Amino acid sequence: MSTTAQLIGADPGWLIIVKAALVFIVCVVLTIMSVWGERRIVARMQQRSGPNRVGKFGLLQALADGVKLALKEDLIPAAADKVVFILAPIISATTCFMSFAVIPITGEVTLFGHKTAMQLTDIPVGVLYVLAIASVGVYGIVLAGWSSGSTYPLLGGLRSSAQVISYEIAMGLSLVAVFIYSGSMSTSDIVAAQGKWWYAVVLFPSFVIYCISMVGETNRAPFDLAEAEGELVGGFHTEYSSLKFALFFLAEYVNIIAVSALATTLFLGGYHALPGLGFTETWLGGWFTLIWFFIKVLFFFFIFVWLRGTLPRLRYDQFMQFGWKVLIPVSILWILVVATLRVLSLQGASRAVVLAFAIGIVIIVMAVNILFENSKTKKKNMPVAQSAKPSFAVPELPIQVSSINVSQKGGDRV
Amino acid sequence: MINLATSLGQTQTPEAVMFWILGPSAVLAALGMLLVKKAVHSAILLAWVMITLAIFYIAQDAVFLGIVQIVVYTGAVMMLFLFILMLVGVDSADSLTETIPGLRPIAITAAIGFGGLLVSLLGRATLGRQMVGLTVANTDGNVQELAKKLFSTYVWPFEVVSALLITAALGAMVLAHHQRTIIRPTQREQSINRFRGDSMASAAGLPGPGVFARHNAVDVPALLPDGSAAAASISATLKARGDVIDSRIFELSEVDTSVEEEK
Repeated sequence: MSTTAQLIGADPGWLIIVKAALVFIVCVVLTIMSVWGERRIVARMQQRSGPNRVGKFGLLQALADGVKLALKEDLIPAAADKVVFILAPIISATTCFMSFAVIPITGEVTLFGHKTAMQLTDIPVGVLYVLAIASVGVYGIVLAGWSSGSTYPLLGGLRSSAQVISYEIAMGLSLVAVFIYSGSMSTSDIVAAQGKWWYAVVLFPSFVIYCISMVGETNRAPFDLAEAEGELVGGFHTEYSSLKFALFFLAEYVNIIAVSALATTLFLGGYHALPGLGFTETWLGGWFTLIWFFIKVLFFFFIFVWLRGTLPRLRYDQFMQFGWKVLIPVSILWILVVATLRVLSLQGASRAVVLAFAIGIVIIVMAVNILFENSKTKKKNMPVAQSAKPSFAVPELPIQVSSINVSQKGGDRV
Repeated sequence: MINLATSLGQTQTPEAVMFWILGPSAVLAALGMLLVKKAVHSAILLAWVMITLAIFYIAQDAVFLGIVQIVVYTGAVMMLFLFILMLVGVDSADSLTETIPGLRPIAITAAIGFGGLLVSLLGRATLGRQMVGLTVANTDGNVQELAKKLFSTYVWPFEVVSALLITAALGAMVLAHHQRTIIRPTQREQSINRFRGDSMASAAGLPGPGVFARHNAVDVPALLPDGSAAAASISATLKARGDVIDSRIFELSEVDTSVEEEK
């Protein structure tokens, strides 16, 4: 049992309620601000200025949009399954907040005269709890797609369920390496174990796999196939309007913040300061760690926005292929490597043995990569099947120039 | 971690409150799962039963079991069920007509009998050895002790079960797999064929349906310059169903365009 668990376990009931309310308020405010932030950042990337009319710098734009959404007419399609249609956005919006219960936001601080940490609860399987909550949250999207009673939402719901199941496996596997290294599944223990080295450095492949699968898990561009507006109108939320749509909207952004917070906790040292700035952790009676935490979360959020502004949407089959044939095998192999290294170091193997093992792995990876590249160039050079000449006039294809002899006058083509 | 089961046989108030809220709701959901007509409603109720069970496990200090129950059963297995069920559509419901006369009373009697048998058997079941209690079982932590058991005493059944599951998955894949009789052209080949084919008609994509300025529904074929309907502008499914409207009725010459003069 960690010290944080003991610290939180001593909280009186009213303090737990205050902390729950604080977490909820922070999530909602952060959502409103992140919608504004996303629109401004994407606008800057596309050489526009973005929302700048409502409030200073357009800061209140998201709030105004929220009010507008709430005042819209609430439609329930005649073909919809009414109960499930109403239930779906509620599931989405409630589950997204729940994962924050185990995220350690600050170190030891004093709140209303009580020594505590800004973490609602600390359970020994905290990270698995976040995964469990995420898997329940998908029900909202899937049921919304089904209950709308029309084709595009159904397709969006189906896509989303297949997508989340596949990417949750990759996500879970990427977390295994963290569990092996920290020897715990509790979020506060994992943060404490990263005092010296962040796991983003130690377990870099896991970090990359987690970052990719967290985009897949939250249905965000370039993996937003469940709501691909070019193919499925709006996907699962096509038939939703007014407050029910607002709930989905809220859930999407809270989910982004939640997976970013988990990434921060697991790989970027949680509320710890940047390496070398450890003295800042005691500023403001420990509350300065809150700032570090949110800087890291917003860094991930910026990457989400950056991806959305940069990458086109993947084709569905390529997306699934990437998940099953690349991410999952790679993470399983990586777990093998990490587990072996861990056992070696726990059994007190000499540094030479560990180094030899690491070098062996690097050589194997490089050999596989060379073979893969060779087969790729071979495939590229394969002749394309030529069909018969068309019966109508076509412009001549550009002449294949193999080399140009410049020594002669005029440069004859050979 | 708060140890809820410190004193055996005594239930603390918060746990009792939780039980009396979640217990009846779980039983109601389980009954509803059997009685509702739509398959998806049934699946949602089953998911709820699983979640309440998981909460009970967590309250009994089996944190790992509870969370894994949600991840595996609610998150993966039920989601796959739902994936299949969604394909049956919103309106479909079970038919309640009996195909074999007298089946319903027999089924109800058998179900109650089997349920009674199970309850009486499980109620009298003993472990065959003395209980050691949670504190002893969880000396090194719940997860660690579970892992120790799984990978030492029970490693053989554990591996056998995983082999069984993998065999089942492979079997399903073999049964569902079919060999392609013709190789499917890749996107690149399709693109090349569009431009190198006999006709350039498909190079820029198929024509959209509808008659310019008069009707743009998907079941109205576009008109070619000579006035005939463009077959490629209509989905093959609609054509096969016969759901195609003759576009000539929307031609300007067919519509009365005369203007009555005012006197």
